[in-house]
Amino acid sequence: MVQSNVSDVSKLSFLTTRLNDAIGWARGYSIFQYPFVTACCGMEYMSVAASHYDIDRFGAGFPRFSPRQADVLFVVGTISQKMAPVLRRIYDQMCEPKWVVAFGVCTCTGGFYDNYATVMGIDTIIPVDVYIPGCPPRPETVLDGLMKLQEKIRTQKQEF
Amino acid sequence: MSLSDSVIARFPQWVQESMVVKGDESIAVKREGVLEVCRVLKESPFDFNMLMDLFAVDYLHWPEKPSRFEVVYNLYSLQNKTRLFMKVAVSEKEAEIPSVCGLWPAANWFEREVYDMMGIRFKGHPNLKRILMYEGFEGHPLRKDYPFNKRQPILGPVC
Repeated sequence: MVQSNVSDVSKLSFLTTRLNDAIGWARGYSIFQYPFVTACCGMEYMSVAASHYDIDRFGAGFPRFSPRQADVLFVVGTISQKMAPVLRRIYDQMCEPKWVVAFGVCTCTGGFYDNYATVMGIDTIIPVDVYIPGCPPRPETVLDGLMKLQEKIRTQKQEF
Repeated sequence: MSLSDSVIARFPQWVQESMVVKGDESIAVKREGVLEVCRVLKESPFDFNMLMDLFAVDYLHWPEKPSRFEVVYNLYSLQNKTRLFMKVAVSEKEAEIPSVCGLWPAANWFEREVYDMMGIRFKGHPNLKRILMYEGFEGHPLRKDYPFNKRQPILGPVC
């Protein structure tokens, strides 16, 4: 995207816009994830992480088990009302910039658990960037959701 | 003489009836005699040394059941390889029954679960508090008159 027909480059905000892209590129392909695994979707998450589907191809192969070191919160599995304050606290402990992925239909909407014990979608507690539906989602669906998240990270305004 | 017949012969005042369904024997015991019956059932010759399960049933809107709740003990004897279901009727007004924690330590969490879900209190339990639901939860969610769409979230909207 080098604009060769511009005579005076110094008058453009060249550096700022390119820096935004560069940071977006770096952040999109170096996701440190925090897997918040509570239920059966965890098996599918493991399948995505293991060598056959290999989430590391997307630069997201490094799960951190401290929210303070993570960029993306993967909420994998049903969240009960009792678990809700814990999830909120984990989210609050993460450093900016941070993103949230709702993995599986239980985290998206509550799924078929329409009862006294279950949170009807984690977006009632914390903001969500990407929803990956499915019960459980296929690994391909997860990778598709991850790519959508990367696109969102790359194209958004980068704060630093 | 079947197993339940011998229990009835031992406690004619407390064991009211018995039935056999597909080989599973069950006895109905009066609430007052629970501890005494359990103590004897645990010892020889019955030897019910294992409490496999303890749960409650809500018979709301069942005209043929005089008491609303029924607490069911699933007893198993490892020595004799016999199983016995012991059913105790509990009314809604006096939803209380003696705890069997002293006999079978396994009863501790079972009784807490029944208390949490059904609201039946266990007299003499060492630590009778909710086990699944959180502090501040009102009511007992597995009672048939608990509204199916009632929500009590700690965080987030009530919807």
